[in-house]
Amino acid sequence: MFIVSIIVAEKLQKSFGKLIAVDGVSFTVEEGEVFGFLGPNGAGKTTAMKMIQCVSPKNAGRLLVFDMEVDTHPREIKKLLGVVPQENNLDPDFTVYENLLAYSRYFDMSRQDAERIIDELLEFVQLEEKKEKMTESLSGGMKRRLVLARALINRPQLLILDEPTVGLDPQARHLMWDKLKSLKLQGVTIVLTTHYLEEAAYLCDRLVVMDHGRILVEGKPDELIRKYIGTDIVEAENEPIVIACLEKNNAMYEVIGDMIQIYTSDPQKTTDYLLKECTLRKITARSATLEDVFLKLTGRKLRE
Amino acid sequence: MSYFQIPRLSYRVTKVWLRNKDVFMKTLKLNFLPPFLEPLLYLFALGFGLGMFVETIEGVSYARFIAPALVSVTIMYASFFECTYGSYVRMYYQKTFDAIIATPLSIEDVIAGELLWGATRSCINACIMLPVIAAFGLIELPHSLLIIPFSLLGGLVFASIAMCFTAIIPNINSLSYPTTLFITPMFLFSGTFFPLSVLPEPIQYFAFALLPLTHVVNIVRALTFADLNQFLIFDFLWLFIASLIFFVLSINLMKRRLIV
Repeated sequence: MFIVSIIVAEKLQKSFGKLIAVDGVSFTVEEGEVFGFLGPNGAGKTTAMKMIQCVSPKNAGRLLVFDMEVDTHPREIKKLLGVVPQENNLDPDFTVYENLLAYSRYFDMSRQDAERIIDELLEFVQLEEKKEKMTESLSGGMKRRLVLARALINRPQLLILDEPTVGLDPQARHLMWDKLKSLKLQGVTIVLTTHYLEEAAYLCDRLVVMDHGRILVEGKPDELIRKYIGTDIVEAENEPIVIACLEKNNAMYEVIGDMIQIYTSDPQKTTDYLLKECTLRKITARSATLEDVFLKLTGRKLRE
Repeated sequence: MSYFQIPRLSYRVTKVWLRNKDVFMKTLKLNFLPPFLEPLLYLFALGFGLGMFVETIEGVSYARFIAPALVSVTIMYASFFECTYGSYVRMYYQKTFDAIIATPLSIEDVIAGELLWGATRSCINACIMLPVIAAFGLIELPHSLLIIPFSLLGGLVFASIAMCFTAIIPNINSLSYPTTLFITPMFLFSGTFFPLSVLPEPIQYFAFALLPLTHVVNIVRALTFADLNQFLIFDFLWLFIASLIFFVLSINLMKRRLIV
C-alpha cells in the first residue's frame, strides 16, 4: 500500500531578521504516530509548529502537509488541522459552550452538527458541568482541556500541540496524557512540542531534539537513550581518584558539579568495578532517561 | 510586501462579523445606552443651553444645526473606537485573531470582518440616535432615513483609518494620540458646531481635503435638512475612495504586524 506521509519537511528554513530560528531542518511525520519536538527555549520548535499550521510563512525549503504545499493551500490544510497553541487563546467574551460554537462556524459546520459534536467533546474533556461558565472562571487544567476540545471540533486528522501540559499540576497533566493517548488510538496523528522529557518519553513514538534551529537527533525515545547514554547511569562523587580510575578504563562519563555520571549498559558490572577498584564512598545506579540524553546533547547552560 | 496589495477575501469574513455581533448581543442593554443618552446630553447643553444665545445659524435653530453633527460624530466614534481599542484588545490581549487564523480563515478575512463590524457599529448607533433626535422634531423625514445606509459607508471610512492606527501603534496607550490629534480636531472643525465658512480659508481647504468627518457632516446635514445639492456627489466620492484606500491599506498593515 502506498502511504503518504502526513508532514514532509525538507531543508525548512525561517529567520527573523538576523536570527535564524529554523535552520534547514528535514523531517517526516507518518500517519497515526505521535511525533515530538524537544529542545530548550529558543530552539525553533514553536516556529516550526507555526509553519506547519500555515500561519507563519517559511523562507526556504519545502513543507508539505497532507501532501499539499503550505504556501499555496493554507485553507485546505487548516481545514484538516487541530491546533493547541502554547498560550490559551480562548475567547473571554464567551462561555465554554459558545467558545466551541463560535469556533465551529469557522469550519463551516452546520449548527446541528456542531451541537452534537460539542456535546461529545465536552464529555470527552470532562467539562459538561462547565458548559455555561465563562472561560475566565476555569482552572488552568480546564482551560487547557477546553483548548483541546476546541482543536478537535473539526475532527482533525492531524493535531498540533505546542507544550500541551505547560503549567498543569500532575493530576491535570495525566488527564491530558490520557486524552492524547485515546486520540492516538482513534488514529489521529499528533505532533507536539514539550519541555517535559518524561512526557515525551511517555507519549512519543518518535521525536527530534532541536537546538539553535537545527535537529540534533531523531529517533524512538528508548533507542535514543540506548544510543547516547546506555541503559543506565551510575553516579559517583567527583574525586580525582574516581576520575583517574575511569580514565584508566576508558569509561564514558561526564562531570557535573560535584558529581560524576557514568553512562553504561551494565550497571552491575560498573558498580562492582568502581567499588572494588576505586575506593568510593557513595555510589548510586539508576535507569537512564530521556532527560539525560537531552542534557547531554543540548548542554547544561541556561537558556533565557 | 506592498501596502496596497489587493486582499484575497473569502465569504468567511462574515464569520468574524458574526463573532463580534454575538458578543455585542450578549451585552445589548449596555451597548444601547450611550448612543441613546449622548444626543440628549449634547442637545440640552448645546442645543438648548448654548442655543439660547444663537438666534439662527444658516437660517435654522442651533439645535437643528447641530443635530446632524451629533449623528455624524456618533458614526465616527462608534467605528473608530471599535477598530482601535476594541480590535487592539482582541488582537493583543485576547489573542482572538490568533485563535481564528488557526482555522480556514486568513488574517485578511479576520481584519475585513473587523472593519465590516466597525461599520455596522456606526450603523447601529445611528439607528438608535435618529429616533431620539426625530422625537425633538429636529430632522426632516423621510430624507433622514437615508442616513442609515449612508452610516455604513461613513463607518467604514473611520473603521479603516482606525485599523491603520491599530496596526502601527506599539501599545494600547499610544491610541490616545490619534484620538487627541485626529478625532478631537475633527469633532470640532468639520462644520459640526459652527459652519466651516467662519474659519480662515486655508483651514477650510484643509478640512475639505483631509478630514473625513467634514464630508460625513455635509451629507448627513443635507439629509436632515432635506436640502440636497450637487456638491454632495463630491463628498460621497471622497468617502468612497477613502474607504477603499484605507480598507486595503489597513489589511496590509495588519498582515505586516501579525504575519511574521
